[in-house]
Amino acid sequence: MKRVIFGSAVAVAVLLPFVPLALWAFSSRWFYPHLLPELWGLRAWTYVFDTAGAQMAEALFQSVRVAAVTAILSVIGGVPAGRALGLYHFRGKDLLSVILMLPIIVPPLCVAMGLHLWLLRLGIAETFGGVVLVHLTACLPYAVFVMWGVFSNYNPEFEDQARSLGASPLKVVVRVMIPLTFPGIVVAALFSFLLSWSQYLSTLIIGGGKITTLPILLFALMASGDRPVAAAVSIVFVAPALAALAVSARYLGSRRMMGVW
Amino acid sequence: MMTKQTTAVSEARTRTLQRPAAMIGLMAPALAVVAVLFGGGLALGLVQSLGHLPAAGMSSLTLDHFTHVLADPDFFRSLGLTLYLSLTSTLIATAISVSAALAFNALAGRSRVIQFIFQIPLTVPHLVIAVAVVFMLAPNGLLSRLLLNLGLIDSSAAFPLLVNDRWGFGIMAAYIWKEVPFITLMILAVLRGAGSELLDVGRTLKAGRWQCFRHITLPIIFPSLGAAGLIVFAYTFGAFEVPYLLGQTYPMMLPVWAYKSYSDVDLLSRPEGIAAGLVIAAVVTAAIAMAQGLTQAARRRGVAL
Repeated sequence: MKRVIFGSAVAVAVLLPFVPLALWAFSSRWFYPHLLPELWGLRAWTYVFDTAGAQMAEALFQSVRVAAVTAILSVIGGVPAGRALGLYHFRGKDLLSVILMLPIIVPPLCVAMGLHLWLLRLGIAETFGGVVLVHLTACLPYAVFVMWGVFSNYNPEFEDQARSLGASPLKVVVRVMIPLTFPGIVVAALFSFLLSWSQYLSTLIIGGGKITTLPILLFALMASGDRPVAAAVSIVFVAPALAALAVSARYLGSRRMMGVW
Repeated sequence: MMTKQTTAVSEARTRTLQRPAAMIGLMAPALAVVAVLFGGGLALGLVQSLGHLPAAGMSSLTLDHFTHVLADPDFFRSLGLTLYLSLTSTLIATAISVSAALAFNALAGRSRVIQFIFQIPLTVPHLVIAVAVVFMLAPNGLLSRLLLNLGLIDSSAAFPLLVNDRWGFGIMAAYIWKEVPFITLMILAVLRGAGSELLDVGRTLKAGRWQCFRHITLPIIFPSLGAAGLIVFAYTFGAFEVPYLLGQTYPMMLPVWAYKSYSDVDLLSRPEGIAAGLVIAAVVTAAIAMAQGLTQAARRRGVAL
C-alpha cells in the first residue's frame, strides 16, 4: 500500500509538468479561465509541420546534424581517455580527471563568450563547425566520464588472449574492445547527443543566429507568445530525450543514468 | 576459484603504475579539446575582460572592467539574487531528495517502473521544463485556471505572481523538479552499498527512528549528499535558460546579466559581460573543488560510491 502511494506520488510529480504541454499542443482555442481547451485540434501541429514546415524541418535537421557530429567526435575522444582513466593507474591521474571534469560544470556561457571573437577571426563563428566545436567542450568530457565507468568494469584479459592468438593491435580494438564495451559506447554517444541537443546559449553566441537549432526556434516561439505551437515544438524537442532514456534503460540499467543535466 | 584468480590478476594490472606518457597519449584527443577549446576559451575571455579588444581600439591590459563590474550595484544585486536562488533551490532539492531516497530504498528498491519514471527529469532539457513551468504557474496558467474553477480565487489578478516574480518561485520549481532525481540517485547508490547491518545494530541498541537517521544514515550519506548538493549549486549558479525564461527583468540572475552585457550594442560593455562570466566560472570551480574534496575524504573513510 505504502509502495503504491510512493509510486503514484513520484509519477504525479514527474509527469505533472507534461500535462499543460500536452493540453496546449492539442488545443485550438483555450481562453482563460477555462480549465480545459474549449476546442481541441491539431492546429499547432499543422502549423509546425505544414505552414512553418520548412523552417521547422531546417531547425530539426540542424539540431540532429550538430548533435550527431558532436556525439561521434565525443565518443572518438572519450573511449581512449575513458580507457586510460578506468583501467590504469598513473601519476597525475587525479589532476587530469579534475581538469576533464571542469567543462561539464563550468557553464558553456563563459567558454562561448571567450571563444567567440577568436572563432570570428578564424572565420568559423556562425558556421556549423564552430557550433560543433563549442558543444564539444561540454559533451566530450561527459563521454569520457561514461567510458571511465565502463572501463572500470572491463576485463582486459580478453585482449591478451586475442593477442596471444596473433591478433594485431587494430584487430584487438575492433574485434575485442569495441564489441565488449559497445553498450557503454552507445550510452556515451546518446548522452553526448542529448547534451548537445539541449544546448541553447552556446549555439546562440557562436552560431550568431545563423545556425538555428530547435531550442533557438523554441525560444523565439515563447517570445512570440504562440503557446500551442511552443508546446508542440517542446514535445518534439523532448522526444529524443525520452527515447534515449528508454534505450539506455534497456542497455545499462539505472546506475549510469546519473548526471545528465 | 578460477574467477577469483582472474579478478586478482586484473586488479594487479590496474594497480601497477603505468607510464604517464602512454596514458597521456590515450587521453590526448580529450585533453586537446579541453585545453584548446575550454582552457583557450577561458583564457581568451580573460584577455578580453582585461581590456584587450583591438576591434574597439583597446589594446592595453587593464583591470578597469573588473573593477567596473565590481563597483556596479546591479552586479551585486544580480550576485545576491543568484546566490539566494541557487542556495534555496539546492537546499530544498536536497531535503526532498533525502526523504525520497529513504522512501525509495524502503519501498520501491526493485520496481523498475518507478525507477524509470524517476529518471525522466534527468534527460528532459531545462528549456522544456521552463516552458512547462510557464504554462503551469503563469497568471493565466493551468494552476490559476484550476483555482478559479474551484472558486478559490475570483480572477487571474488574485493569483500570486509565480513566474518572472521577485522571489524566483518559478525558477526554483524548475530547478527542484530537475535536480531532485539526480541528488536522490547519488544518495541511493550509497544507501544500497551500505546495506542494513548498521541499522540492525542500531535497532538492537534500541535507537529510535530519528536516532537511527541522525547517527547512522546521515553520516553514511553525508559526503555524497554534500557532493551532489555542491554540483547542483554550481549548475544552478551558472545556468542560463531557466532564469532567462522564468526570471524577472530586474535584477537579473548573473548568467543572464553577463549575457545581456555581452550582447549589448555598446561594445564597451562586452568585456564586462565576460568579466561577469569569469566570476561565475570561479564560483562554480570553487564549488566543484569542494565537492571533489568531500568525495575524496569519503573514499578515504570507505563510504563513497
